[in-house]
Amino acid sequence: MDAAYGDLTVLRGISLEVYDGQVIAVLGANGAGKTTVLRTISNVEVKRTGRIEFMGRQLRGATESIARMGVAHVPDGRGTFSEFTVWENLKLGAFCSKRPGKDDFARVLQYFPWIEERREQEAGTLSGGEQQMLALARAFMARPKVMLLDEPSLGLAPIITADIFRIIKELNENEGTTILIVEQNANLALQLAHFAYVLEVGSIAMSGTSEQLQGNEQVRRSYLGY
Amino acid sequence: MATADATATTTTEPIVGRRRVPEAPNGTVIFLVGVVIALILGSLISKTFGQTTVIGLVQGTSFASLAVALVIIYRATGVFNFAQGEMATATTYVMYQINTAWHVTYWLAFALTMAFSFVFGAFCYVIFVRPVERRSIVAVIIITIALFLLIDGIVQWIFPPEPLYMTSPFSVNVAFGGLGVGVNWADVGTLLTTLGSVFLMFLLFNFTKLGLGMRAAAFRPGPARLVGVRVSRMLAIGWGIAAILGAVSGIMYEATQAYVLTPQLMSNVLLYSFVSATIGGLESPFGAVVGSLLFGIILSLAQQYVGFIGTELQVPFALAILLVIFLFKPHGLFGKAEVARV
Repeated sequence: MDAAYGDLTVLRGISLEVYDGQVIAVLGANGAGKTTVLRTISNVEVKRTGRIEFMGRQLRGATESIARMGVAHVPDGRGTFSEFTVWENLKLGAFCSKRPGKDDFARVLQYFPWIEERREQEAGTLSGGEQQMLALARAFMARPKVMLLDEPSLGLAPIITADIFRIIKELNENEGTTILIVEQNANLALQLAHFAYVLEVGSIAMSGTSEQLQGNEQVRRSYLGY
Repeated sequence: MATADATATTTTEPIVGRRRVPEAPNGTVIFLVGVVIALILGSLISKTFGQTTVIGLVQGTSFASLAVALVIIYRATGVFNFAQGEMATATTYVMYQINTAWHVTYWLAFALTMAFSFVFGAFCYVIFVRPVERRSIVAVIIITIALFLLIDGIVQWIFPPEPLYMTSPFSVNVAFGGLGVGVNWADVGTLLTTLGSVFLMFLLFNFTKLGLGMRAAAFRPGPARLVGVRVSRMLAIGWGIAAILGAVSGIMYEATQAYVLTPQLMSNVLLYSFVSATIGGLESPFGAVVGSLLFGIILSLAQQYVGFIGTELQVPFALAILLVIFLFKPHGLFGKAEVARV
């Protein structure tokens, strides 16, 4: 697929495969087009050409239709509904489910127990890490088939980032949620992912299993820093 | 490994955050309590004052729902809908047509008018506003002014310029006459109908899934799309609801204030609603209601006690108040001043 903002082509001839139940990471430096990969899938403000197939169907149409097909996108900036309460944020996550049951909330609270006592708090007043967790919880409320995560580590302290990555791993392992994660922090992402793509100026420079990439000299030097 | 962690986390916590000042600041509460006490005391001392206050209260109620309609659109699109008043006039004519010309019983006609208004409001959004919405705010403002002229033209084209007379659903018998202050059933009816419809909208917006979706679409369209909220549809529904509130305002204003239906029915009322919504703080429907009641009373008192204002200078007086608010309290009574944290 290709993608452009207006006349500016950002992605050229990208081909990604995401297998059911796996965690796939897209690595790359600033401006490599990582965020655009996710925006292209969700059709957010990009002109896209090419094919995106999702469970045997073509993924196209407006952003909201794609979301309704089971693609939960946590955008950069976390997409918090700041003026709304924490609980309303969760409800919005389940906006497309026919009837979000009590067990949906209970299932989410298992992973994010702190939400229970903060449910009436205005979401905009949460800390950055809490907002990131709320964004994950919100996305998970939709019982998505695939979650698209845009730099969950951005702007967070290492200890909080570690916590968030542990939860992402649990969501994948316990719930079987497929995850496509875009990350600048290659170390963390490769620990989590089964398979990864390295993006350089709008094209895929390399791909392989996490072990392969961790062992690759060039990746180690450019992205892992050792 | 440590180096990689360090590069990723040098920028800690939100770089730019927005914090909002809590609703109904203390000053506002004290101010409103003071105003209420002053009005009650004044009414006890002078019967004329009391009667003038009640007249103002009813007058304010008649444009409260239009003010709320303006606020709903303002929250969703960031502009005042200049056509809101003409839309209300048009739907009042529809009410006239169904009720007086076609002899449908009053409240059935009222319900049919509300249904028409909803479709009409949604239609206006989908056909005129949505296509230009993403261009710029100025484009939306121009479109709503164009819509104002268009609807005005259509009303004058279909209906005669002479005043029309509608039946009032409420009797003008005195409902309450204690303490020398007379209130008739028409006043009570206007109050209940308007506040009732505004309250229903409040319940819809705050306690239903549809309302949650509409608020999300208005405040955060981007993230709303990502969770599957059909933003355009929600905004169209919002315009429909605003048109319903406008229709309530038009019909009630005709019944208790204007007494005749002309194509200019709502032109002054639109301005009064602007002022009311501004007093309330633009973004708060509750503020718009309080602002309307307050402004209705101010207008009535000014007319009674400031000799030269009379009926002719009402509009300049309203503009003067608008100017004062913009200069000294731009966020109104219930507005949230946005504080940028950098």
